[in-house]
Amino acid sequence: MTTNFVLNGRSVETGDLPPTTTLLDWLREERGLTGSKEGCNEGDCGACTVMVRDHRGARALNACILFLPQLYGKEVTTVEGLSSPDGELHPVQQALVDHHGSQCGFCTPGFAVSMATAHLNGQTDHADRIAGNLCRCTGYAAILKAAKAAEAAPIPAHLSSSGKKYPRGGAQRGGQTAPLLPDSSDALADLYAQWPDATLIAGATDVGLWVTKQMRPLGKVIFLHACRDLQDITETENELTMGAGVTLARLHPVMTRLWPSFGEMIRRYGSVQVREAATIGGNIANGSPIGDSPPALIALGATLHLRHRDTRRSLPLEQFFLDYGKQDRAPGEFVEKVTVLKTNQPLSVYKLSKRFDQDISAVCGAFSVEIQNGQIASARIAFGGMAGTPKRASTTESKLTGQPWTKETITRAAAALAEDYTPMSDMRGSAGYRMKTAQNMLWRLWHERQGHASHVLEVRP
Amino acid sequence: MSVAKPLPHDAARLHVSGAARYVDDIPTARGTLHLAFGTSEVAHGEITAIDLSAVRAAPGVEDVLTAEDLPFENDVSPSIHDEPLLATGTVHYVGQPIFLVIAVSHLAARAAVRLGKISYAERPPIFSIEDAIAANARFEDGPRIYEKANISIALDGATHMIEGRLEMGGQEHFYLEGQAALAIPQDNGDMLVSSSTQHPTEIQHKVADAMGVPMHSVRVETRRMGGGFGGKESQGNALAVSCALAAARTGRACKMRYDRDDDMVITGKRHDFRIDYRAGFDSEGRILGVDFVQYTRCGWAQDLSLPVADRAMLHSDNAYLLPAARIESHRLRTNTQSATAFRGFGGPQGMLGIERVMDHAAHVLGLDPLELRRRNYYAPAGRGGLSAPRAPRAPEDVSGQKKQVNNATPYGMEVTDFILDEMTEHLVESSDYTARRAAISEWNAAQPVLKKGIALTPVKFGISFTLTHLNQAGALVHVYQDGSIALNHGGTEMGQGLFQKVAQVAADRFGVGMEVVKITATDTAKVPNTSATAASSGSDLNGMAVQIACDTIRERMAEHLAALYQMAPSEVVFSDGSVSLGTERLTFAQAAKLCYQGRVPLSATGFYKTPDIEWDRLRGKGRPFFYFAYGAACSEVVIDTLTGEYRILRTDILHDAGRSLNPALDIGQVEGGFVQGAGWLTMEELVWDGRGRLRTHAPSTYKIPAASDTPEVFNVALWDGENRSETVYRSKAVGEPPFMLGMSVFFALSDAVAACGPDYPMLDAPATPEAVLWAVERVRG
Repeated sequence: MTTNFVLNGRSVETGDLPPTTTLLDWLREERGLTGSKEGCNEGDCGACTVMVRDHRGARALNACILFLPQLYGKEVTTVEGLSSPDGELHPVQQALVDHHGSQCGFCTPGFAVSMATAHLNGQTDHADRIAGNLCRCTGYAAILKAAKAAEAAPIPAHLSSSGKKYPRGGAQRGGQTAPLLPDSSDALADLYAQWPDATLIAGATDVGLWVTKQMRPLGKVIFLHACRDLQDITETENELTMGAGVTLARLHPVMTRLWPSFGEMIRRYGSVQVREAATIGGNIANGSPIGDSPPALIALGATLHLRHRDTRRSLPLEQFFLDYGKQDRAPGEFVEKVTVLKTNQPLSVYKLSKRFDQDISAVCGAFSVEIQNGQIASARIAFGGMAGTPKRASTTESKLTGQPWTKETITRAAAALAEDYTPMSDMRGSAGYRMKTAQNMLWRLWHERQGHASHVLEVRP
Repeated sequence: MSVAKPLPHDAARLHVSGAARYVDDIPTARGTLHLAFGTSEVAHGEITAIDLSAVRAAPGVEDVLTAEDLPFENDVSPSIHDEPLLATGTVHYVGQPIFLVIAVSHLAARAAVRLGKISYAERPPIFSIEDAIAANARFEDGPRIYEKANISIALDGATHMIEGRLEMGGQEHFYLEGQAALAIPQDNGDMLVSSSTQHPTEIQHKVADAMGVPMHSVRVETRRMGGGFGGKESQGNALAVSCALAAARTGRACKMRYDRDDDMVITGKRHDFRIDYRAGFDSEGRILGVDFVQYTRCGWAQDLSLPVADRAMLHSDNAYLLPAARIESHRLRTNTQSATAFRGFGGPQGMLGIERVMDHAAHVLGLDPLELRRRNYYAPAGRGGLSAPRAPRAPEDVSGQKKQVNNATPYGMEVTDFILDEMTEHLVESSDYTARRAAISEWNAAQPVLKKGIALTPVKFGISFTLTHLNQAGALVHVYQDGSIALNHGGTEMGQGLFQKVAQVAADRFGVGMEVVKITATDTAKVPNTSATAASSGSDLNGMAVQIACDTIRERMAEHLAALYQMAPSEVVFSDGSVSLGTERLTFAQAAKLCYQGRVPLSATGFYKTPDIEWDRLRGKGRPFFYFAYGAACSEVVIDTLTGEYRILRTDILHDAGRSLNPALDIGQVEGGFVQGAGWLTMEELVWDGRGRLRTHAPSTYKIPAASDTPEVFNVALWDGENRSETVYRSKAVGEPPFMLGMSVFFALSDAVAACGPDYPMLDAPATPEAVLWAVERVRG
């Protein structure tokens, strides 16, 4: 199939290419734009970062796991497009030069694009903005200085928003390999029912690796990004509704307002480039035992809404995860949305990984424990990384509910976690470490409620 | 004066705009072919059958080669011919190349290799250090041993004895640009190879042997690498040789680059070590002797493991005068990737051993670890300038024997340039170490969950290749008749800023601006027989060679111009872009033109070899190093005793780069080296499964530090002093030494853990959150 979009200010048409052609390969091999680099080919190093703009604004994305059809109607700026047409460096580029922010230079184009995107958006949380860009040479100090130094510089004219109208997805000319590109959930429902074996692609942060790493032929694919009605976040007085196509990046401010601990977890979920692509629906539907949003949503008592053609059903999120790699989803059925009650339930989410940023959790614990008058009124607890699925700690909950909020209760509840889970050992942590830290997370909850300093990220030098 | 200026990296503007070209960015002709390896799925075994029919039939595949198809040498080892390009009969690790696919695209080649069907008769593998010791699987006949004085006598007289074991993991280089090579066939069977390598001459040599041609038939060019760190000293051989063979066979340009997962699975990493130690101290905390047994996991082939293990032995003193020492080193053979060079080259591992001893002893003696460290420093160099005699330590009484204690290392080299006493004093003040240590103690007493720790650790790192003949370098400099200058030397650029530093030297010799000097790619056709850009030697060696070449031309120019203007050559002054001849003043371009017209040769080579070094590696005696580079770092951390998570809160560094050729670039090396060293000792964990498969083979599972892992407060300064040895502009090597500043983080973590209970933490590396949590549990007893 062929895709039209704007590349560094000029309209381009890709010509007939397989739908799983990545933007990075196309840029480097077809366009000779070799500024974007391949460092890992899995969205973890950021050397391929490009800026993509559409009706929602500008965001940084990893070109190595971005398929060409995902770009239809959008505007792509690569590192080659950052400098002004007369060759003047973008302020972040100049700052990187002035502050010695490059050494080997291979990661630098990705940093420059991430920084230019943040600059365009007025974002100054620099360490978070570049958490998805790895540098092995500089130790980052010079890069952070450069980002800070460029903050006040005006946005270059050629990058400032031109009030462009970005088209909706859909109408593309197909070819033999045309994917299915529905532009509404109704259209998706029909298509998927017709092609239940098709692979659904939302942000491609997971499916991208099936292609680039496993080299798995996907057969028929259905891209979801044009289904704008799946991308709504709606709030009523009592309920938050998240369409399946809502990205983690868009969810971040909402969750930060409603449940700060959930927001903090999203801040560390993947990286900017991943959060701008990854969707809440994808994080749930792929059924990973180590996805971070399911335990948090389960602790909040979230409800999952599925649709098959015109038939809809709802179930508590935890019931969706049947077993490792197995979900309660019929052929042709897809995740439409997830809802949670906004009632004042407390939530503490603890994401534990070797590295704070952009690392998959060894354990992710989510605790919604209500205490009234020294008694535990209710407890909903769920963990990722502790079983073959995201899973509730039912026995532990039962040891808490109705009990006094005391050390003795915590001790008993912590012991009960061993009845709820039999974690495994892998490169992220041993079974023993997972169990011990899961238990200690209950203690962290205790200390947190006692007002003790209990997280290293809150300690300042 | 261009030297000592904090100029940006020469390619900074190209880097930020995406215009800096790496091997995979070089435009290639239509029809260029792409290569990929099919690799072993078992750790040890005989290949019983290879069925590549599906590979050959895969879309886009042009040809498939196995060992039998290789016309000449099937070897890519940098040392003893034990590393076949493609396996012959036996496989030795998961990831060992067995066959080579030549296809029309990178993707086609990668897809095709998965279709290979190989059968094996598996043999029992050896993975761990313990397995290897049990099987006596090793390189060399037995352990290497260095000895100074009599360790038994020294330890017998000790008031305090400590004993322990330290295990430390390896490290993936994670250069952002993976291994890559491109070969383009030339006239008459010659080959042009572009390689992402620290060692173009080695590539040339291995390609020539593999093609069965003399070295003059192969030209290797390297403009830049996207990071090296030692990982491109020998590990690029396989790709370059493959490309050259495929290009010779097909007559087409051939390119190979490893996908990141392949790169991590196939190539070698830093050596992991186990160090067993016994050490004796007197009641004041002065060390009387230390007995180290170092076990090094070398992997399946020898590669550079012997000099790596040697350097670990050579740094088992770090900054401390050891009255008696015994260092025994075992180089073990395992069915894992062949461990290779990595920034520090064994030095960090050896150093971590003695720093553990110091930390452990301080805990036993109840002393501030820094105090104990300082009591054991080498005697300082004299303060009176270059020729001042060093101040030897007073004789000490060891086990009743009156003995003259000199300032010699365990390998018999006198330390004559020691400056860590002064540097430490400065850093203690600038970091406010003493007050902060007290404040931390107070803070910890009030905290139920979090604990802080602080440590200040020194670095003394020996500069020179320990294989003495490698300490040589060549340069080629041209002055054109318009006054522009082209510069070439044997060093390679991997981000360290070598090209810029050397260009600053060249500009300074001619008194011209930097814009006059063109930096050109490393090219075996311009400067032959080069050493790897390694051992931190890049600027020392190539800077000197360039200086010599420039001076040769300058002297010729001065002589000619002096004759023209009837004055002495010494009166001709090159500065500020002009040439002064008494009252006359020529632009450099005018001077060059005059010299050209006067038939003065305006091209020269330069050659430099490091003086004063000699080393007997078997006896462990001599002067392997021209000088030492020094540094010290103070880090403060906070740990979570419930999960083992931690942060580096603040780091202060003082590092010795001599009279820096470029302080900005040198500070970049210090900051980057520190973070990389801290990564090695904290979050970077290599995990193999029970079948020898590397489970951490991509950045999703192998975590290098990210931006937020750097210290929130990060103060880095260079020590203001010159190299006492006669190096280029009295600068010092700066590539590797700062890596070991990361030790301050490791010992700060140990300090924080020690705040949790009475026992010594015995923290192993990497100190992942999991390792820290278990250490917390241990010290609580």
